[in-house]
Amino acid sequence: MKRLMIGNEAIARGAFEAGATVATAYPGTPSTEIVASFAEFPGVYAEWAPNEKVAMEVGAGASIGGARTLVAMKHVGVNVAADPLYTFSYTGVNGGLVLISADDPGMHSSQNEQDNRGYGIFAKLPVIEPSDSQEALDYCRLAFDVSEQFDTPVMFRITTRLAHSQTLVETGQLERRELPLYKKNAPKYVMLPGFAKSRHIEVEKSILQLKEYAEQTPLNRIEWGDRELGIITSGICYQYVKEVIPDVSILKLGLVNPLPEQLIRSFAAGVKRLVVVEELEPVIENFVKTLGIRVEGKELFTLLGEYSPELIEEKLLGVDNSDPFGLSTQVPGRPPVMCAGCPHRGVFYTLKKMKLAVMGDIGCYTLGAIAPLEGLDSCICMGASIGTALGMEKARGADFADKVVAVIGDSTFVHSGITALIDVVYNQGTSTVLILDNDTTAMTGHQDHPATGLTIRREPTARLDLEALVKAIGIQHVKVVDPLNLEQLQGTLQTELERREPSVIICKRPCVLIPHEPSTQKYYIDQEICNGCSVCIRLGCTGLVYLDSPVKAERKAVINDNSCANCGLCAQVCKFDAIKAVEG
Amino acid sequence: MDKQKVTNVLIVGVGGQGTLLTSRILADVAVQMGFDVKVSEIHGMAQRGGSVVSEVRYGEKVYSPIIKKGDADILLAFEKIEAARWLDYLKPDGRVIINNERIDPLPVMSGKVKYPDDIVERIKALAPNTLVVDATKTAIACGNVKAANVVLLGVLTAAIHLPVNEVEQAIKHTVPAKALEVNLKAFQAGLELYSSVV
Repeated sequence: MKRLMIGNEAIARGAFEAGATVATAYPGTPSTEIVASFAEFPGVYAEWAPNEKVAMEVGAGASIGGARTLVAMKHVGVNVAADPLYTFSYTGVNGGLVLISADDPGMHSSQNEQDNRGYGIFAKLPVIEPSDSQEALDYCRLAFDVSEQFDTPVMFRITTRLAHSQTLVETGQLERRELPLYKKNAPKYVMLPGFAKSRHIEVEKSILQLKEYAEQTPLNRIEWGDRELGIITSGICYQYVKEVIPDVSILKLGLVNPLPEQLIRSFAAGVKRLVVVEELEPVIENFVKTLGIRVEGKELFTLLGEYSPELIEEKLLGVDNSDPFGLSTQVPGRPPVMCAGCPHRGVFYTLKKMKLAVMGDIGCYTLGAIAPLEGLDSCICMGASIGTALGMEKARGADFADKVVAVIGDSTFVHSGITALIDVVYNQGTSTVLILDNDTTAMTGHQDHPATGLTIRREPTARLDLEALVKAIGIQHVKVVDPLNLEQLQGTLQTELERREPSVIICKRPCVLIPHEPSTQKYYIDQEICNGCSVCIRLGCTGLVYLDSPVKAERKAVINDNSCANCGLCAQVCKFDAIKAVEG
Repeated sequence: MDKQKVTNVLIVGVGGQGTLLTSRILADVAVQMGFDVKVSEIHGMAQRGGSVVSEVRYGEKVYSPIIKKGDADILLAFEKIEAARWLDYLKPDGRVIINNERIDPLPVMSGKVKYPDDIVERIKALAPNTLVVDATKTAIACGNVKAANVVLLGVLTAAIHLPVNEVEQAIKHTVPAKALEVNLKAFQAGLELYSSVV
């Protein structure tokens, strides 16, 4: 019987059915559920790697070792993994390897919206793109065959809308597969220049073979309809086009690199007007133009964000979809917010209060940038906080460094903060680094990592000791504080900022959403004492409500018992002791 | 065109209110009824207290997992201003169901903008087919404020005539054992809530 699956779950199922036995990933929206789902299958190995580069390398090793291997990451993760990826493209595979690149047009949960089909072109990889969960399963299965047939890693490109949409899926049988013999093959796997030169020849040969494959693969198909308009599309955009213009002629591409020249020529010849519908970069459009074929694409459709059925309707059918009510723009925005009881909140409150320049990083704590905390000066990519803080210091001097901190989460620090901290020590920086250690990878949905001491299946393993690690790097001053104790936090910050030596403050408290013994100490706001000064409101906590009034004396803050997590931060910031612990 | 048979349910709210559970149960029931079904969800950053939406589409054949603007048969809002934010997705004759719950977003909390107190009246003026229910209060009466999503599932079940037994079965499959009793109670209360306000 068919059942609903999100695209990510279907990909994991496809890999499992193809006989993949190794899967590795670093969590990242919208890719996280892929390897998380794969880990639930019996008889397979799955892991959270410390970062995407390591995941790609573990994947390469598993493939050389003969296993069919699944590697998954978000689009920007592929940047981290690009170094092994470009050269693994030369060595090729033993067991098939499929790399999932989960792109995020519209930046639902990302810092950019790069189009990773570009990697296919530059790293010379076949790129496969499904358009619903059934295709995610079927194409992923097929991708392992393509990988082995053409001796290359395959990039499997999805977007957020596919990753997180549920559609009906019919599962298949598990393919039984013997692990092939391992034979040493240095000319194939040792990329010395001499060997790599020979391998590059093989890569170019296999690209030519893939171009032939592209002409006849079932991944690409023409659906003839009305010949007045022909659409070339792939991925989720196919569904939007079918939704809006069901009877249009479509060339649907499932293999988006290399592209099928003859198929495109014959499709173009069969329609009066040719349009490419693709989110982000004009990858298909540019290729069609190089063939000398007249085609429309980005002069109609934007380079920005996610597409939608109404956008297709507007651009191709001229339908006006402007808001008939005008209400949507009149209501207050609702940006994401740190949870009530979040251990990060007090940190950003304190950093703002101390007027520090804060070099930020990627995680829930990036939300510290939003009003009222407004506590970040920069956020670029995973692990960037420490290097950018050092760079600020080198640009503006050690006096300025007394006012600069880096903030980085535990998972992000392990991902790519460690080497930057080595740079701080090595090049005599004086940075103060705050590791916001909430004992999980929170933003992506609470995945474990080396410093939680648990594997992807939540089995106990060696626990990376962050305190010992930073000491071993050469940081002399390492302090561990409770980020819910604002006095301790601010005092420690003052001492460490003034010090003309590098220091690390580990703000240690588990994410409030991790199952734990909740604090039962409730608080209330004494309405007699509260004068409506709104200092507590500046914590940006959803556990507090401000009762505004034109009459000054009537302005009060109250605690919302439905969301308050009893963290007690507001009681610490109240200057009038109006917020009190409930006794008994 | 078979597209006309597709039912579009847009479920909106605030991250943490449990919209995903409601949309998943609705989708499971639609599958059991033999429909083609697609669901679009939001994971990741927006889930942290931000504005969230899940979209459920079912019918003979469904292509897009997201609902086109102006195409939602039902807009089920777990919070008042979220109904307003997504109102342009409603069909001209579509139905709005609003939980009478106010959750202040950060810009309101920090005093930068005011919460529009008259928002329900403004929605009603634009979309006459609007129903307001007190799902949060009902959930509290059932024993857990968090069951408001299942109260709203009950309201939705009655509003679009879903088979009650199938929905109940789906709740039993989805909700953890220790929370089942409260949730079944909340579901019943939701069904009754609908008939009491219509």
